[in-house]
Amino acid sequence: MSGIISQPRFTCALGAQQTVLAIPKAIPIIHAGPGCSMKIFDYAATGAGRQGEGYAGGNHVSCTNASETDVVFGGEEKLRSVIEGAIKILKGDLFVVLSGCTAGIIGDDVEKVAKVFARDGRPLVGVETSGFKGNNYFGHEAVVVGIIDQFVGEARPPKKKGTVNVFSVVPYQDPYWRGDLEQIKSLLEKIGLRVNILFGAGSKGTEEWKNIPKAEFNILLSPWVGLSIVTHLEEKYGAPFFHYPVLPVGAKETSAFLRAVGEYAQLSKETVERIIAEEERRYYDYFVSIGDFIALYQNNLPYELYTSADSLYAIGITKYLENEVGYIPKGIYITDDPNPANLEQVKEIAAKNIPEYQNSLLFEADGEIIAQDIKEKLGTSTRALLIGSDWEREIARETGNLFQYLSNPINQKLIIRQTFVGYQGGLNLLEEIYGALFAGEEVSAATYVEAISGGL
Amino acid sequence: MSLANKTVDIRENRLHTILHYNGDAQDLNERGKKGELQIGNSGYEQCGNCQEGCAVGQVYGILDAALIEHAPLGCYATISASCVSGKSTAKARGKGVFHNKAICTNISERETIYGGTEILREAILEAKKRYDPRVIFVTTACVSGIVGDDVEGTARDTQDEIGVPVISISCEGFKSRIWSSGFDIAFNEILRIVREPRKKQDDLVNIFNFVGSDTFTPLLSMLNLRVNYLPSQTTVEELSQISEAACTATICETLATYIGDELERRYKVPQVKAAAPYCLGWTDRWMREVAKLTHRESLAEQVIQKENERIRPELEVLRKELGNQRVYVFAGDAYAHNMANIASDLGMEVVGMTTYHHDQYADTREINTLNFMVESVGNVPNYTVCNKQPYQVLKFLKALKPDILIVRHQALAVYGYKLGIPTIFEADSNKCVGYDGIIELGRRIKRVFQTRKLIQNISENAELPYTDWWMDEGTDPFYFEGEHQ
Repeated sequence: MSGIISQPRFTCALGAQQTVLAIPKAIPIIHAGPGCSMKIFDYAATGAGRQGEGYAGGNHVSCTNASETDVVFGGEEKLRSVIEGAIKILKGDLFVVLSGCTAGIIGDDVEKVAKVFARDGRPLVGVETSGFKGNNYFGHEAVVVGIIDQFVGEARPPKKKGTVNVFSVVPYQDPYWRGDLEQIKSLLEKIGLRVNILFGAGSKGTEEWKNIPKAEFNILLSPWVGLSIVTHLEEKYGAPFFHYPVLPVGAKETSAFLRAVGEYAQLSKETVERIIAEEERRYYDYFVSIGDFIALYQNNLPYELYTSADSLYAIGITKYLENEVGYIPKGIYITDDPNPANLEQVKEIAAKNIPEYQNSLLFEADGEIIAQDIKEKLGTSTRALLIGSDWEREIARETGNLFQYLSNPINQKLIIRQTFVGYQGGLNLLEEIYGALFAGEEVSAATYVEAISGGL
Repeated sequence: MSLANKTVDIRENRLHTILHYNGDAQDLNERGKKGELQIGNSGYEQCGNCQEGCAVGQVYGILDAALIEHAPLGCYATISASCVSGKSTAKARGKGVFHNKAICTNISERETIYGGTEILREAILEAKKRYDPRVIFVTTACVSGIVGDDVEGTARDTQDEIGVPVISISCEGFKSRIWSSGFDIAFNEILRIVREPRKKQDDLVNIFNFVGSDTFTPLLSMLNLRVNYLPSQTTVEELSQISEAACTATICETLATYIGDELERRYKVPQVKAAAPYCLGWTDRWMREVAKLTHRESLAEQVIQKENERIRPELEVLRKELGNQRVYVFAGDAYAHNMANIASDLGMEVVGMTTYHHDQYADTREINTLNFMVESVGNVPNYTVCNKQPYQVLKFLKALKPDILIVRHQALAVYGYKLGIPTIFEADSNKCVGYDGIIELGRRIKRVFQTRKLIQNISENAELPYTDWWMDEGTDPFYFEGEHQ
């Protein structure tokens, strides 16, 4: 879709490797050139808030390290040998073979190779994820569908009322995915659902994946990524899906999300409202307590907002900060390069959720164009908050504005379990944004500060 | 600018580089000198690195050059990390603020079918517009190589149009099993920038290195010499003058064996043919070699004496404190020899080493870092060669239980933590250079020992992904080797 790119914010389809690694005890096997797997890891784990190798990622990843011989004569035999080795030495519940560009161009068929092992009862899946086929949002969808078709299989068990599968953020591509998924799961459980969250520490791994067909319905919490997954599940298992396109951040959106899910799932309205009331009471108790700080430091605080992130995050975070925290969105940069059909949908979602700031929207995957736009709009302003990646951090530092990390690449922050999702997430975000005000030199309310370094 | 350039052969052909070995340092040295070892094969592998990454790493940091990666986005997506290390290195060397000047052509399925030269041309024009560079480098990737894009032709045609040299670097990942071949390919193209010397700069020393601290300036300024760090954080103009330098040295022969040799051959810039300055003895010898090539012998003797005296008290304490420690080194070929040597000089016993590859010889035959190490440290038992492969290295480490592990590459140091071994991650490869470097490394090792509880806590709770059969002492770590020749 997009042409040339500088200052990248996503990687290629082989990024699906990280989706596999996000499933507890699932193990990727890469059929690609010798550097591909590490480059994915460096971008999507190390460069995503210094996330580590986890259980079996990083240098542990099995790979054919395709050489000239494999490219000329075909690499399927070498792949079989690497798979045999991998299942001998690695402890895993699911092995997912992914192809890179070399395999894709010469026509090595990883699905076919995997099927031979699967016929012998091995938990093996093969998915084509050549880098030139698309980005890692595409790769994520492809590998999830591949696992469903080849591993979860054709079962049509009776549905369990109140059980849902959740498809939302893309693990690792969303650097906060671990905290986000825990938060989403916890919110949904509070209103009475049983949740297959599928990825991360809150997931039961392949056992949970095997239960996907039993879910009463699927929740898609994302504007477009995952749409192909839930429509596929609808066809395959007859389970409908509930599509909520906005990331619930802060009190208003989270309450709206819980109400909408509750209504769709026909949960007890009374229970849902009770939970919402309780959560809001706690939320506003904390929220109002920020008032003293805001009142005191008003002179030094930013109010203009620039957000660079994918469509899920850019819309969700901007909406919260605009609607509930009073920021003026000057630039909303949507970086996930949706295809034309999805693009229209994202535009509609943005129009509905941030109606007054449609002129601030820019769909752009080339980071230097985003940077240029931000700099032009900023002018000499030193009262802006830039939210985004390493690339926006650079602009914030150059222009003396405040900065908050939200999207990849993130090389200068450690992210463990932080989240900006839900009631708690909204407060977390404010704590991080305003906490940065004090990260540099002394800032006193008694002194008006022109440029805010925020420690940058 | 010379546009005709010879190509450089990959290391497996040129240096008879090997990827598999199990034995000891002395044996490898003797057999390697004869070039009698084979590269080796394994029926199972874990992911390596690629020569494209190594080539990109050499040209990305050139300050007024632009880079185009003619590749799908995944090859380029790590550029943000390179940008961060570029920024930190620029700061450490007083070079101002470093900015990204790299674009990816983002090859999609369409270009794999219809060819990617059009989008490459567009990227070159865009790079000229955005960065106004002195030179534009274009690197190739597996895809552009297999589909057969005429990258060199496109570069040539576009260069005439924009009036800026466009230099293509043919470094497709699948073309060499030795990722450091990418260094040679990049340097071979960088040589195009180098001009015929106009005057000799008698006080200029070429130092090939990666990113990292400025530790050579304090060392060489004592000899009244200037440092020309290469190639990262230099301008095209500075690069063009490397033919005028008094001599060439490197922190790691794995990095610069090819270009050091070429500069000597083409422009008579002599190489410092001593081991790099890692440890007291090697630093003394290196300083003497540099002094000889720059005619500063008596000054050097004064400096050496003074520096030895200056660091002696703390070095003696460190040697005493670290003297009974057993160390394992896991790093690139030549750099591993440097690290083993400095650890040994700190009094530690080098109980084993793994290097990611082994060049059976350097381009300049008399430079042999393994030989330097064996002469200095003595034989090192438990010497293996494998391109990272944690499934094997974890077994080596479990069997040997060293007191300390020294690792050079990203994402490998964590294995020490997972096994409960205090670990030094030597990411700043310049840090332990020279007289201060040895002291500095000793201090850092002591500091790591102080964090034992954290290391222990991680190791007690970390689960390694390997089967019991594989981790069993009885299972041969080389089980898969030699399969599928």
